[in-house]
Amino acid sequence: MTELSIGSDSRANESTFLKQSRREEWALLGLASPAILTVLIVMVLPVGWLFYLSFLADDGSFSLEHYNRMLESKAYGRIFMTTFEVSFITTGLCILIGYPLAYFLSQLSSRMAALCMLTVLLPFWTSLLVRTYAWLVLLQRKGLINSWGIDLGLWDEPLKLVHNLNGTLIGMVHIMLPFLVLPLYGSMKAISADYLKASSNLGAGPTQTFWNIFFPLSLPGLFAGALIVFVLCLGFFVTPAVLGGGKVIMVSMQITSNIELFFNWGAASALGVVLLVITLAILLAASRLLKLDNVLGGGH
Amino acid sequence: MSWLNRPASETQITHGQRLWLYILATVIMILLVAPTVIVIPMSFSASQYLEFPPREWSLRWYEHYLNSPEWIQATWTSLKAGFFTMCVATPIGTAAAYGLFVTKHPLSRMFYVLLITPIMIPVILIAIAAFYVFVQIRMVNSMFGLVIAHSILALPLVLIVISAALKSFDMNLEMAARSLGASRFTAFMDVTLPQIRFSVLTAALLSFLTSFDEVIVAMFVSGGDNSTLTRNMFNALRDQIDPTIASISTIMIVISSSLLILTQLFRKSRD
Repeated sequence: MTELSIGSDSRANESTFLKQSRREEWALLGLASPAILTVLIVMVLPVGWLFYLSFLADDGSFSLEHYNRMLESKAYGRIFMTTFEVSFITTGLCILIGYPLAYFLSQLSSRMAALCMLTVLLPFWTSLLVRTYAWLVLLQRKGLINSWGIDLGLWDEPLKLVHNLNGTLIGMVHIMLPFLVLPLYGSMKAISADYLKASSNLGAGPTQTFWNIFFPLSLPGLFAGALIVFVLCLGFFVTPAVLGGGKVIMVSMQITSNIELFFNWGAASALGVVLLVITLAILLAASRLLKLDNVLGGGH
Repeated sequence: MSWLNRPASETQITHGQRLWLYILATVIMILLVAPTVIVIPMSFSASQYLEFPPREWSLRWYEHYLNSPEWIQATWTSLKAGFFTMCVATPIGTAAAYGLFVTKHPLSRMFYVLLITPIMIPVILIAIAAFYVFVQIRMVNSMFGLVIAHSILALPLVLIVISAALKSFDMNLEMAARSLGASRFTAFMDVTLPQIRFSVLTAALLSFLTSFDEVIVAMFVSGGDNSTLTRNMFNALRDQIDPTIASISTIMIVISSSLLILTQLFRKSRD
């Protein structure tokens, strides 16, 4: 500004400009205030309240009993073990199934890719409950999979495919797969073909080029997708509740029964706090390893 | 089969050598879509046990649904909640995305992360936190409470979609409008908004679906006359497999796939 302004007014001009631009900055920030206030009032403050509740004993005094119970009780230990086990296996299976699919999609012409992408987007847009219900119907004792398997002579007795860990995992992998494929596909598309050309020009075969060039370059997308899947699994509720048949109890389900059956807000809150801390710790650790901005589309 | 011997990529690998990948990917794509799609013919089965292919076709589960006042009321509740959530989340999310994108204020980054958190933290926590507060202020089972809670879940999606759109929008156009005398508001409404309108529509549809499909928050904060469709479905699923749910699922699949097709059409028209 100083270079442009002429004469003795330049100082006064500059400060007016500055004041104006600062006012504008605040006005723009103000545009976000309705959203921020809503999130603060309906999410941040209430979660803070739960945090406070988790440190209260039944008589209202400060205590760590809810956290102690979590450490001592075998039942709670098992619930956390199950939650991690289901999340790990689901993430692993999603990687194994999702990577070839994303790779395939990334190799197609843009029109074919758009068409095939619909098979990933359709389940993504379909209600989670509907998809869980579909699996319940398919996997049950007299369901389609069992009747087809028996008709084809693959197995004689109906397999126990649902109301257990198997059913939960099948349903969860199906629901989580798009969350892995979409960011992975994005990062694969961003890999420049020049690198691959250079590699084969230098004499590497297709397999060698894939493992030495393509795969390492696709890892950030794979990590991002796996992270999203893992974190979503940790807090999952509907699918294990319906397909697990009471045999797979995850943290979120225990939180629900603490409130619905026992009205124990302290215990539910303590579980919620632990779940939140684990989730945030994983996200924080991951954000140091990779740019989360790429996944969540940061502000600038 | 000359196609098999043609190179499929820059690395000179042939389609023939990649055949296993094509087959594997096709199987995976079928497995992704089939379980959902197969519910549609099953919902027209006459039998109590859902069959595929149905031995006898009938509309009895649809009649059952349409003749049940509870299901119809729940459907209206869900449609209303979805619509109101869309009306709340889209404008405040778009305003926030725009404000945070344009300002260079150091707080904007932090605010962005704050508004994104609802998709990162477990929904169950948001659900019980909202439930706890709504109990205190007697807002449980109210449409208003449900909409506000769902709007929080929809906000991150609106923010991500609109921010991405603004990134590819040339801000100089808005500058030009303002240098010609338009206020910031006029410039936004007349220049920026028309350019990002398809993203705004996508964000609106996503907000609607977020609310329409949501189960956990609805399980806690909705109930009575304001029970949502998904809440009733979830409760029915826990008890027994009611074939009526197949007909409701079919209707929900039709709704969400038409919305998906709409967004794809938006993308087409943008290109």
